[in-house]
Amino acid sequence: MERLPKGGHLLLVLLLAPWDTVPAHAQTPKDATFLSTLGELRDAGYSDKEGIIERLGQTGHPSVRAVLTALIEERLYFRNTDQKIFIAKSADSDPLRLSDPLTLKDAGSAPASSLSQIGTNNALRRVLRMALARFSLSSPDAGVRSEAAREISKSLDDQTVALLRDRLPVETNSGVRKEIGTALALAALDGSDTAARLAAVATLRESVSQDVRNRLALLLDKSPDGGYTEKDEKVRQAAASAVATIDRWRTFYSGIQTLFFGLSLGSVLVLIAIGLAITFGVMGVINMAHGELMMFGAYTTYLVQVAMPGHIGISILVAIPAAFMVSGLTGVVLERTIIRFLYGRPLETLLATFGVSLILQQTVRSIFTALNRSVVTPDWMSGSLRLNDALEITYNRLYIVIFTLIVFAAVQLVLKRTRLGLDIRAVSQNRRMAKAMGIRTEWVDAMTFGLGSGIAGVAGVALSQLTNVGPDLGQSYIIDSFMVVVFGGVGNLWGSLIGGTSMGVVNQLLEPWAGAVLAKIFVLVALILFIQARPRGLFPQKGRAAEDK
Amino acid sequence: MKRKSLFMTVGLITSGMVFAHVAAAQDTIKVGVLHSLSGTMAISETTLKDTVLMMIDAQNKKGGLLGKKLEAVVVDPASNWPLFAEKAAQLLEKDKVAVVFGCWTSVSRKSVLPVFEKDNGLLFYPVQYEGEESSKNVIYTGAAPNQQAIPAVDYLMNEVKVKRWVLEGTDYVYPRTTNKILEAYLLAKGVAPADISINYTPFGYSNWQARVAAIKKFGSAGKKTAVVSTINGDANVPFYKELGNQKISAEDIPVVAFSVGEEELSGLDTKPLVGQLAAWNYFESISTPANKAFIDQWHAYIKNPKRTTNDPMEATYIGFNLWVKAVQKIKSTDSQKVIAALPGTETPNLTGGTAKVLPNHHITKPVYIGEVKADGQFSVVWKSAGEVPGDAWSDFLPGSKDIEADWVTLNCGNYNKVTKKCSGQNLK
Amino acid sequence: MSESGKVPGLWRRTTLVDRGGPRGIDRGGRGLLTVLAVVAVAVPLLNQVVPATSAFHLSPFGITLIGKYMCYGMLAMAVDLIWGYCGILSLGHGAFFALGGYAMGMYLMRQIGPRGVYGDPVLPDFMVFLNYKSLPWFWQGFNHFPLALAMVAIVPALLALVFGWFAFRSRVTGVYLSIITQALTYALMLAFFRNDMGFGGNNGFTDFKEILGFDLHSDRTRVVLLVITAAALAAGYAACRKIVESRAGRVVLAIRDAESRTRFLGYPVESFKLWLFVISGILAGVAGALYVPQVGIINPSEFAPINSIEAVIWVAVGGRGTLYGAIAGAVLVNYLKTYLTGAFPEIWLYALGALFVLVTLFLPRGITGLLHLRSTQT
Repeated sequence: MERLPKGGHLLLVLLLAPWDTVPAHAQTPKDATFLSTLGELRDAGYSDKEGIIERLGQTGHPSVRAVLTALIEERLYFRNTDQKIFIAKSADSDPLRLSDPLTLKDAGSAPASSLSQIGTNNALRRVLRMALARFSLSSPDAGVRSEAAREISKSLDDQTVALLRDRLPVETNSGVRKEIGTALALAALDGSDTAARLAAVATLRESVSQDVRNRLALLLDKSPDGGYTEKDEKVRQAAASAVATIDRWRTFYSGIQTLFFGLSLGSVLVLIAIGLAITFGVMGVINMAHGELMMFGAYTTYLVQVAMPGHIGISILVAIPAAFMVSGLTGVVLERTIIRFLYGRPLETLLATFGVSLILQQTVRSIFTALNRSVVTPDWMSGSLRLNDALEITYNRLYIVIFTLIVFAAVQLVLKRTRLGLDIRAVSQNRRMAKAMGIRTEWVDAMTFGLGSGIAGVAGVALSQLTNVGPDLGQSYIIDSFMVVVFGGVGNLWGSLIGGTSMGVVNQLLEPWAGAVLAKIFVLVALILFIQARPRGLFPQKGRAAEDK
Repeated sequence: MKRKSLFMTVGLITSGMVFAHVAAAQDTIKVGVLHSLSGTMAISETTLKDTVLMMIDAQNKKGGLLGKKLEAVVVDPASNWPLFAEKAAQLLEKDKVAVVFGCWTSVSRKSVLPVFEKDNGLLFYPVQYEGEESSKNVIYTGAAPNQQAIPAVDYLMNEVKVKRWVLEGTDYVYPRTTNKILEAYLLAKGVAPADISINYTPFGYSNWQARVAAIKKFGSAGKKTAVVSTINGDANVPFYKELGNQKISAEDIPVVAFSVGEEELSGLDTKPLVGQLAAWNYFESISTPANKAFIDQWHAYIKNPKRTTNDPMEATYIGFNLWVKAVQKIKSTDSQKVIAALPGTETPNLTGGTAKVLPNHHITKPVYIGEVKADGQFSVVWKSAGEVPGDAWSDFLPGSKDIEADWVTLNCGNYNKVTKKCSGQNLK
Repeated sequence: MSESGKVPGLWRRTTLVDRGGPRGIDRGGRGLLTVLAVVAVAVPLLNQVVPATSAFHLSPFGITLIGKYMCYGMLAMAVDLIWGYCGILSLGHGAFFALGGYAMGMYLMRQIGPRGVYGDPVLPDFMVFLNYKSLPWFWQGFNHFPLALAMVAIVPALLALVFGWFAFRSRVTGVYLSIITQALTYALMLAFFRNDMGFGGNNGFTDFKEILGFDLHSDRTRVVLLVITAAALAAGYAACRKIVESRAGRVVLAIRDAESRTRFLGYPVESFKLWLFVISGILAGVAGALYVPQVGIINPSEFAPINSIEAVIWVAVGGRGTLYGAIAGAVLVNYLKTYLTGAFPEIWLYALGALFVLVTLFLPRGITGLLHLRSTQT
């Protein structure tokens, strides 16, 4: 635990400075000092900038917060011609819309090339973050306040503690109150009152944060002269017990996290396998171009984002049906032109679709070059859901798990409740009989392949959020999708679901011990052995006609 | 009669074509380009192929070389290592090129090395690599570990005050060697073994959740932690994405990468990466007249003003200019003679300094550490005082600290100073 | 039919196969053997006798290329043996090829001796680099050529035996079998990529110096290796021919065409499949072992699933069920690849992909089917 680091200095300065809220239209002396200090940021080196920011705070100007926020978000510029400093409303637009740092009012706009940005580096941003946390403590957003309290707890001193103490009685949100309580307890550990320390340990026992655990563990350390840093026996015992409790909880939560990792990996596997299970099950077609159909879906996402750059948030939702259409249509075309002629010869379709996959890859490479394409994650999918200090679930993976379940349900719905689904099931169970019953099997085949390919495209949308979008995207996932389908049983969606999920979970459980490669090898070997026991997968297709495949 | 004249006409035309072809061939100097245009390495290598073609174009506009035009011979080894050797042999034996610009991965270089050594070819290798090699037939214009990895670690240790280290690499020779060197270096600087964590993942690894969570845990022991990343290629994208999602920002646990440049960033959403570090010998954002001219030339050639430039491109640029200079000096393209003429040759680099060929067939390069900005460019936060000479045999590894390479006085790439023997990669 | 499943006179040549000409080998086979003989004679001539300045001189690059094609031909023949004649589509045969290659590679690595980068007389460079103190147990003995040669056959045979026994016993067939052979080769690729395995990791084995005392980089050695490859290919072809024309071969054909019926007739179908699979594995391993000294590098990407799929493509293009067709297909496709990656580096994948699609659609019997070279029986 550092005492009074640079951020602390800054906080000290900000706290002690008088905060004048009277708006000044005419330039007061305070304004002048503010502007001149601000101006020094233009030419200073990074370490000097930290000092300048300190002095900026000392001016006590009401615009300090806006300026510091702009600086940390890389929105502070100076005009090349007259060196005047401006805040840009957003860093992305060109020309930039500016506001005056003094009054925070609109100051027109200017092309980006006429302005130079005032840069920051990691150390500077660290200092700025800690400074801004002080402001965030009174933010209307509870999440922001909670974050601010956590930030402050990393560098506690008398002034920050006083700040927190002042905040506690007016804080309404229980989560934030807990954070503040933890921070205050951490501070109390450095105090001289034994009873207070004991009470602090009791409070901290409830936490599952790594920082708290480290701090408590420090109490049990021996100092160089042989004695304990924590002099009181009872406090030490309480600390030891608290550390053990925290460790137990953390292990428990990390187990849940591993489980989640497994589920999310499994959901990706399921998503890439569903389409294949359908085409494989119904038509006996081994589609080696399945990976490329996923790649098409990922590139569709990229194109949608290029087409609507201002609306990244809904771009994913638009991309899903778009990718379905693109890949689905490609699949239908493939089926009508090539696969149609290869029925009853699954091994030939494997070879032909392999040729198709080469062509599709090279097409994308020619159009989009071999370079990866940047697909932006929308804000609502970024970051993580913080359940507690020990368990954070990343949003993108969470949404993908949910998305997989939705897709699965949708496909089941199509198969079980629609006419098309009925036809598909009939054809897959007994083609000749279905034909005899009047079902147009060629049309059903085309639709089935289109459906399977469309789902591959949708899987590609999900993959674009997880990994890089390049012509080789399909190649990385094709082997896995085959494994899941074979494991789960051809043509059986539940098999794919259970198979994919279990493969993902097993892989993730093994990884911490065996390493990524050995875990993967183990899963593959287990699959090979499993197939010996159940040659047709988990849920084999029933019926005599199935044997002919 | 008719048939006779028909045969004569056909004969004349054919021999005319052959002569024309032969004559035409003699008027050009052939330059081989050995970069993967398909497969996993296509992403990185296609750009270098275009760079060589651009430089050949520009040189031809200046009147060619020794009065002849330069002709590019482009082949696609398709990221397939045996195919690299085959294509290298094709370039040297069939097409009889004067020089080859190529390779990226160490495997591809190692697989073509015997071909170049046997056929006495000349290869300019533009990518940063792990050292532990110095061949008579290769000029290494990319960074050796002492021109990239060591300065990066120094920066983290001295400026960022890092106390705990995660060495995260893809499982192959470049990260293995680099991490070996770095581990020895860190231990020599007094870092405790418990404060170093080394981990390897396979190529194309995309499921980073557990690994990033482990890094987070390692980094929350109370000491400032940094990740030295030798993760290669496609695995970088999901890695950085996961870092962003698990809210590990560069201010908490900075990651310095050796294989992430402007080109890799162009395929990424850079917002969560702001502040992450990379160590190179060149950044597109370095503002010099030479660099601006190069960037403009590149944009005009590739017809896309948004395409980035990067370090291997600068290395290709330097290599090409070095070759041209050497050839002009000795007025010959014979590879043996050019190889002998190259050590000592100098040419300006794009960041305001000079690149000089050393007797060990490496060059001098400046070192820059940059932080990622939201627009995918780097802002330089540290630079070396001058150019750093490339050291082929690392001084921090017990197996190689006694070895030096000197093709000028010792005529040996693997000379042991202690046993005074030239060994290893001998040319028979 | 005997109770133990042994059919008397199984290996006797049957009279039921149309053997074409008086020499007892059909036209395609004769063509192949003639070509191989020509190659075995012409190559040494064109390289050693014809001077280097002549336009007819065959450069070392050319020698290596032809040798490589022949090794691929052998691999294709191995795949055709089980696919064309028994209906087992293995999408992982590259694994046997690579294993044989690694066995030979281990021998060649030991031959480098003290001439490696780090100068260690026993340990190869990558082991010194990874701080190995001594040679792992599975490397012992590989400096003896006979042992290495034995391993070239034994290791792929063992893998084929174990895998085949499990697979065929459980009656895994068709697509499932193909996919798990993919899993097999993929798992092996991941394993061999690991630097900790003791097989050189991602770099594999390279920088070979000599084989049996002969310098690998000299033209003469290359020529000799090529002639040996040609001889091995011819011998392999003859052996395969003998197998498929014997009574056992007829049973194998029956298994391909009607497996259940054959089983009901009392033949031990699993044993036949297993032995054919093992022989095919050994053939592929030998192909790999001949490949490595000529190409100069062995690397885990030889295990890549895509290589095995390519081998199947060669057989499909050439015409399966003919053996010589497989070899022709391998040579043709690889020649095209060599040519296209040199002449049209930007678009060769289009051409290759189109080739696969067109051949599967329009030439189900491959090129040889087109040329009516096959006998009517098979």
